[in-house]
Parts: sequence; structure tokens; C-alpha cells
Amino acid sequence: MGADYEVTIGLEVHAQLDTNTKIFCSCSTEFGAEPNVHTCPVCLGLPGVLPVLNKKAVEYAIKTGLALNCDIASFSKFDRKNYFYPDLPKAYQISQFDLPLCTDGHINVKTEDEEVRVRINRIHMEEDAGKLVHDGTTDEGSLVDYNRVGTPLIEIVTEPDIHSPAQAVAYLKELKSILEYLEVSDCNMAEGSLRCDANASIKPKGQEELGTKTELKNMNSFKAIEKALKYEIKRQAKVLNAGKEVIQETRMWDDDLGKTFSMRGKEEAHDYRYFPEPDLVPMEVDESWLEKIEEDIPELPTDRKARFINEFGLPEYDAEVLTDSKDIADFFEATVNKHDDPKSVSNWVMGDLMRLLNEENLEINEADITADGLAEMLALMDDGTISSKIAKTVFEEMFKTGKDPDTIVEEKGLKQISDEDELGNVIDGVIENNPDAVADYKGGKDQAIGYLVGQVMKETRGKADPQLTNQMLREKLS
Amino acid sequence: MKIDQATVEKVAMLARLELASDEEEKMTEQLNDILDYADKLNELDTEDVKPTAHALPIKNVFREDVVEESLDRDIALKNAPEKESGSFKVPKVIETGE
Repeated sequence: MGADYEVTIGLEVHAQLDTNTKIFCSCSTEFGAEPNVHTCPVCLGLPGVLPVLNKKAVEYAIKTGLALNCDIASFSKFDRKNYFYPDLPKAYQISQFDLPLCTDGHINVKTEDEEVRVRINRIHMEEDAGKLVHDGTTDEGSLVDYNRVGTPLIEIVTEPDIHSPAQAVAYLKELKSILEYLEVSDCNMAEGSLRCDANASIKPKGQEELGTKTELKNMNSFKAIEKALKYEIKRQAKVLNAGKEVIQETRMWDDDLGKTFSMRGKEEAHDYRYFPEPDLVPMEVDESWLEKIEEDIPELPTDRKARFINEFGLPEYDAEVLTDSKDIADFFEATVNKHDDPKSVSNWVMGDLMRLLNEENLEINEADITADGLAEMLALMDDGTISSKIAKTVFEEMFKTGKDPDTIVEEKGLKQISDEDELGNVIDGVIENNPDAVADYKGGKDQAIGYLVGQVMKETRGKADPQLTNQMLREKLS
Repeated sequence: MKIDQATVEKVAMLARLELASDEEEKMTEQLNDILDYADKLNELDTEDVKPTAHALPIKNVFREDVVEESLDRDIALKNAPEKESGSFKVPKVIETGE
């Protein structure tokens, strides 16, 4: 492949909206419940029922549209998309066809070496389907769970503005971050709240017309999306290099095998026969409603990152990492409000905090540690109550137990020894027990002092004030 | 637009309807009659008329996002021809690659 082809990618993202209830009925959208406990005549598609639209779902969709710089349609409607599949009890999905709620948006996306604008073609609202369970004890049938049927979704469709797998992932990360900041979706990919299909094609460099595209499905992580796109681009190049033509088709990504597979023949020619949903009346969005929703849009990640650089003097890298997740950024700001040393707070959040969150596989709001706690701990460091080394121990303890740092220092006896008499006794002992190092130091080997400081630290289990120890040792040995 | 028998076959397949060939002929004829009748509307000048999205002059009917009790699962499953482990059971459907 290499220099011969240009890559064109378009992405379709389905995001579950984080409402309490389904899009057209009052059933709960709770994830992970027993099968079929969140169903009712509306979402089961029983005869004679009427769907009623969830206002919050509409507002979340509009909020997303505004944040992605879209035009919000003043007039919009729902349509029926007809197909038979057991995960769809009505045999049609209520979606939006020709009059989607949001159109013509864009976001700017940064990869390591470039910034590109990805245009958003449209965002429309629709209902999710149920879940088929194939494995288990049944050999001759599939089991269907309709809890997820009717969960509100938005489908966000890009223009073919993406030109590498890396750009695709950068777009998805930025989009996910925006959706999380807006608090319209929890974007949990493992639970299927965020799902992505990709269209990919290649064309000889310089050729105006796009090549034949394939649609890729079944990627369940950003990593899988990147791998699937890389694989597919290579596969298409091989086909073209062999003088053959790429076939327009849907291909399934198999993450275990690391390959895409044709779905040809398995999929019947789709003819969805869209028509306006007669059971739902149109939506009209006026300026005053838009203004109200707009007021609810928080500072978005790109703006927040810029502010972190300007207001707190943070390096771009720190600002990027800290603002990636809204909750982490909130935690950072809350800590800085109590302890005005942004770089030091940033180091603790990006270092020990993120490491522990990763190790325990926790989100920041699931952890017991608080911004107040971290600020108090940093104050203890600043006033010399604890050393930076002990601070690490205190921090881990705060993370594990949620106790405040004063209590931990008290209970564990971690207070730094800064009392000259007390420290002097320890130092005298260390000098007496380490005649070789003492001789080395006196003989001009300055680094021997480091060893002696280490011994004092060991004796005091890290509690000695390192600077004072260093100073007193030098005085005593001079 | 004229509907031929091939179109009827296709639409029947999409609707999962099995029609005998005399039924197909009958449907072809009847569907054409219906379309011819609807075609009369084309005689009207609709140049300045906006497309109608809904027969009722109502808009923005919403509900608040408040959870209400769902159906009892036994009731939800009551009419299912087959069920297992709290789920509806259907003939096996698997989407696999080649």
C-alpha cells in the first residue's frame, strides 16, 4: 500500500442517551437487569398502543447537535424503517429518515501531527433494538431479551472527511469526550452505550472520484476500530493491486482472528420502505427552546483545555490529559481551588491518582478520594508535616480508605521528624554504625552523604525531614 | 406508476406473505386500481403546498422522563409461542461471516 492510495473513511456512531426511561414509553433503561423485566405493551409492539416521545431524549439530541455545531431542524419527524428480525418486536424501527433533527455540523480533531475538520452530515434520533442471546443451553433456538428495545439512541453520521485509522480514533475520542461533558450518554463501550460502524474506501492518489466502499461492523472498542480499518485498507489495496475490484458490501470484524469477513449472501437485500410514523406527531423546535438548551451546555473539552493552559499555566500535555474526562477535570479544578499550586496538583492527579484508578479499574467518581483530601494532603506537605515520600503512602491510604490525611498521619504515626533533638539522636546512631561511609565522606566522597541520609530514612521509616537530615549530617561530620 | 406481478412478488416477500399465483394476479390488479385512484390527486396543482408530515394538526406531544412500572414478566411472555429462562425463544438466528 503506502504512497499509492488515499484512504477515505466515514463513521456512524450510535450513542445511547442517558435518560431514565425509554424513548417512547416509561419503562426503565437500566442496564444489566434480568431479561424482559423492563418491557410494556408499547415497547413490545402489542397492537393498539401509542408511543409518546420522551422530552428529555429530544433535548439531549438537540444538546448534542448544538455542541457539534449542527443546524437544528425547526421541523422534524419520525419514520418507520421496516425489516424483520427477532430483536425488533414491531418489525419496524422508529427512526428518522428525510428530516433528521440535526444536520451540517463539524468538530475539529487533533492527531499527533495534524488537525482536521470532520463534518457531521446528520444526527437523528431512533430507538434501540433488543438483544439476541445465541449461546447457552438452547441448541435449536435463540433467546430474545427486549429490555433494550426502545432505549433512545442518536446516530451521528460524518461526511467522508477522515483519511486514516488514527484520525478515525481521534474523532471518536473527541466525540466521546464531548458526549461525556454534555452528560447525554455514559459512552460505555463495553455495555454498548457507544457503538461505531465505519465506511472505508481507497482510491489512487490524485483521483477525484472515491473508490468503492465497504461497511465495517462489530467493532467493540477504539482499538478494534483502528485494527479493523487498518486491516480493511490493506485488504482493499491487495484487491486493487491484483487488478480486481472492491465489492460494495458489509463486512464483519472478527477481533479474535483480526480479520474482516464478508456478509455477502447472509444479508438479504435491504429495502426498508421508510414512511412517516403515523403514531407520532412532528416536532417543532423554536428559538426559545434552543436558547434554553444552549444555556445547559457546559464548557467543552477543547475550551477547557485552552483555559487550563492559560489560567493555570499547565503544559499542553497536562491540560490534554486532565480535560479528557470531565470528572477528572472537575476533580483537578476542585483541588486547585483549595490548594493553589496547579502543577503540583496536576502531577498528583496524572501520576498517582490515575495509576491507582487504572489499577483498581475505577472511575474517579467511584473512588473514595476527594479533592478536599488531596488539597489537605498537599498542604501537609507544604508545611513540612509530611515528606513527599510519606505523602505517597498517605495518598494510597486516602485512596483505599477515603480517610482524611490528618487522620491517616495521626493513626499511622507518619508525621515528619523535624525535631532537631529527636533527629539528632537517630543521626548520631547512624554515624556510629556506618564508619565506612563516614570515612568515605570525610575522605572527600560527597555522594556518601546520600547513603547516610538513606540510613536515617530507613531508621525513621521515611519520616525524617530529608533536608534537615542532610544539613544536620553535614554539620555533625564537618 | 404501474405495478407488475414482479413488484407484487417482491413486496409480498418483504412482508413475508406467501401468495398463490392467482392471488398475485388479483393483487396486481387491485393495487393498480388503488394507485390509479390515488393518481387523481396529481391533477391538483400543489406547487405552493407544503408536504404534509401528519394528518393531525398537532405537534410536540411529549412525556416527562419518569419511570413507571413495567409489565410483569410472566404477563409479557404469556402469549409467546415459546419461552425459556425469562426470554422469548425464536428459531435460531446467527449472523456469521463466511
